[in-house]
Amino acid sequence: MRTYLRPALAVLLLALVVWPERFSWLFAPFAPQGGPVIYSRTSLLSLSLNHLALVLIATLAATLVAVGMAILVTRPFGAAFRPLSRTVTNIGQTFPPVAVLALAVPALGFGEGPTLVALFLYGLLPIFENAIAGLSTVSPTVLDAARGIGLTRLQRLIRIELPLALPVILNGIRLSAIIALGTATIGSTVAAKTLGEVIIAGLLTNNTAFVLQGGLIVGLFAVLLYDLMVQLEQRISARLGL
Amino acid sequence: MIEIDGLSKFYDNKAAVDAVSMTVETGTITVIVGTSGSGKTTLLRMINRLETADAGEVRIHGEATDSLAPHLLRRRIGYAIQGHGLFPHYTIARNIGAVPALLGWPEDQIRARVDELLSLFSMEPAQFRDRYPAELSGGQQQRVGVARALASRPDLLLMDEPFGALDPIIRARAQDDLRRIQRALGSTILLVTHDMEEAIRLGDRIAVMDGGRLVQHGSPTGIIRNPATGFVAEMVGGVERPLRLLSLLPVADIVEPGTAPGEAIAPTTNLRDALALCLWSGRDALPVQTDDGRAARVTLKAIRAQAQGPG
Amino acid sequence: MLFLILGAASCAAPFLSLAANRIVVGEGVALWRAAPVQHSAPALFLLGLGLLLGLLQSRPVLRVAGAVLSLAGLFWLLSMGAAALLADAGRYARVSPAAGFWCLLVICALLLADALSQLQPGPRTRAAALALTLLCVAGLLKAGLLSDLSIAQEFAPRKAAVLDAFIRHLWLAFGSLGLAALIGLPLGVLCHRHSRLREALLPLLSFLQTIPSLAMFGIMIPLLGWIGTQFPAAQAIGIAGIGFAPAFLALVLYSLLPVVANTVAGLESIPPAVRDAARGIGMTTWQRLFRIEIPLGLPVILTGLRIVLVQNTGLAVIAGLIGGGGFGTFVFQGLNQTATDLILLGALPTVALAMVAAIVMDILIEITQPQRGSET
Repeated sequence: MRTYLRPALAVLLLALVVWPERFSWLFAPFAPQGGPVIYSRTSLLSLSLNHLALVLIATLAATLVAVGMAILVTRPFGAAFRPLSRTVTNIGQTFPPVAVLALAVPALGFGEGPTLVALFLYGLLPIFENAIAGLSTVSPTVLDAARGIGLTRLQRLIRIELPLALPVILNGIRLSAIIALGTATIGSTVAAKTLGEVIIAGLLTNNTAFVLQGGLIVGLFAVLLYDLMVQLEQRISARLGL
Repeated sequence: MIEIDGLSKFYDNKAAVDAVSMTVETGTITVIVGTSGSGKTTLLRMINRLETADAGEVRIHGEATDSLAPHLLRRRIGYAIQGHGLFPHYTIARNIGAVPALLGWPEDQIRARVDELLSLFSMEPAQFRDRYPAELSGGQQQRVGVARALASRPDLLLMDEPFGALDPIIRARAQDDLRRIQRALGSTILLVTHDMEEAIRLGDRIAVMDGGRLVQHGSPTGIIRNPATGFVAEMVGGVERPLRLLSLLPVADIVEPGTAPGEAIAPTTNLRDALALCLWSGRDALPVQTDDGRAARVTLKAIRAQAQGPG
Repeated sequence: MLFLILGAASCAAPFLSLAANRIVVGEGVALWRAAPVQHSAPALFLLGLGLLLGLLQSRPVLRVAGAVLSLAGLFWLLSMGAAALLADAGRYARVSPAAGFWCLLVICALLLADALSQLQPGPRTRAAALALTLLCVAGLLKAGLLSDLSIAQEFAPRKAAVLDAFIRHLWLAFGSLGLAALIGLPLGVLCHRHSRLREALLPLLSFLQTIPSLAMFGIMIPLLGWIGTQFPAAQAIGIAGIGFAPAFLALVLYSLLPVVANTVAGLESIPPAVRDAARGIGMTTWQRLFRIEIPLGLPVILTGLRIVLVQNTGLAVIAGLIGGGGFGTFVFQGLNQTATDLILLGALPTVALAMVAAIVMDILIEITQPQRGSET
């Protein structure tokens, strides 16, 4: 069942994004009398690509920075910052992503910029937290053996610690990417070109067809992205024999 | 030859290892025995500089170990620990080949070495090479751990309670394997354990540690016969001492001319087994095989004389 | 050390900003010029002293005191500075805290949090500290010390609306939590008992959770709209396409995963020996559930509720987009009008609410935690 569902959803999503007119029959009942059925101010394809690009850039940047910081605070010389970094993440995660987005506007103005910054900032937290958890749960026996057979600090980090922490780090990246995907949708309220634009336009003009097609596309992206990441994690965990 | 010279380690001004000196001959197994907190593991870890020594030095073939960067030193010294410490994300072949790879051996040479070691440990290379540690039993993982430590033909092999996590039957088999492989390869091994039984089984020499100090260093028979302190006597185990002693001596040592009923035993049989055979079959003497066909035997009386303590 | 350096660095940024009216971008005013010297000198002194006290790594009590002192200095300066700046500016002029203030605020708050966590206070002390903080904030607002700030001026004409939004927000966040708990706890118990139900339900719920909130809200609208038109009775109790109902329902759906998953995890976390013993002494299934499994699993179950509460407080903002009310109304109005203060009026209480909810839940979780060492 799963094996058929996944490609089916992917094909549906692709079709929705590339040839939305073909689905007019589906959305027409929801459109107001005589109103437009398919959102056409910007093509759904370019909105999707822009949306995904925002998520991708923010998540990649957040991954680099968060994993880097996690490496620093798990080294002996960075240990002093660890309690503080925990406090920061704990507090930071109570900040609603929408609030982060809203607060970025006064600081940075409207457009893609604040959305990207908000996605990046909020995305740091889950990755950072998971990277620390992953790096500090590597078995001490394995680390001792790695030192004992003569791996240098850098070799231990790159060959042993990071690969072993990878599933947990990926879990954090997944959380972060999913949140980013959702928050980017809201980013259209601060004039970022994302799929949220379709939903918002629908809400403003009382056009349920817009709301539905936007919601459906974003929802499908999220579900497929989630599924992809989960599969990646499972594959890697299985290889580690965990 | 490995020389340990006045090696010390202090924690909070208390000596965890207190000026330990000893010499390990090439091609022998030296077992360091002690209770937990005796400093035996710290001593071992100072040899490959996982712990830094506060005083003293170690020389391998006359060369001081602190003349090398620690990680380079460690690549020359094999290291096997309790719970094996295998890298869960590496295949068995990559685990065993880890040190040769660090040393920059060519690919095909590493592969050959891995297969050689797997065969040596009675693990079919084709079957195990590409598996992951989690797919192996505890005993197999432990063997891979030792194979990894031996892979680069190190000058010295350090083992920290390598069989600690195994159940008794598998442990005995692993000990026999180690003994056999050490003889075959002529490796020099320093092994730490809290188990005197293991020390007696494996050690050419036994070093007993207590409270950070080396209290006795000698052959297993020497230590059982003449324990230097009450603590050593306790370690070698009060009532079992005569039996342990007998287990170290071969029948060949006390064989005498003469006849005895029953089937002849090999001269390499140890005296504990010979004693058990006498008691079980109710005989006072057992015939012993000889090369030239002359009648030879070992008597219960002679065995008893060997088992008698001083005084 | 870090705090002092960052604190010093933030002094360079403008502390307050003065604008001619509510829409235009304000001009920065530096920290030392914010207030007349007779006010700014002691305030700055307090701030500096506090941050210096924060240096004493080994004396957490002094660090807490330092953090409190510097916060006091900060707010004093804010209050005096706003009044002084407004006095010589035009009628529509607005004074709002600028980057320098926000950075200093974050640094002082972090210092406080760091020092407090160093003290490792028990749940009672934490509750007391929280109550004290809330009292201080309330006092600060009540006394009108901050009423010269633009956000307060934004608030004044909307007092009733803000109160209304607050209540609506609470309803959205807590009401949806309540309903989700009502549905999710029994579901969690069922999932714990029947592994097949669990295998079917948990993936479904986690897929629901991944759907972006705006999409979820959007999909709820036609669904509820349809129900509303089909069943007049439903419409009578407020179920309609736009407004409170779709927001509420979406929040409930989001809440189900943490509630169910943590209930299962909590019940599963009980050592098998304990469960065996409970069976061994002859407890019935229900007795085991209520006397053993739920009490022992409570911390984990509460952790699920904490996740939901923090998450819903934030998500409820989005209800503002579909006319569901709550603080989101101000946030999105503010974004529309590019009125920063209005955005803050919506965002700040939301953040505060989420934090208070998180701290209260943390305290509850710790209280229900079995005493250390008594675990097997």
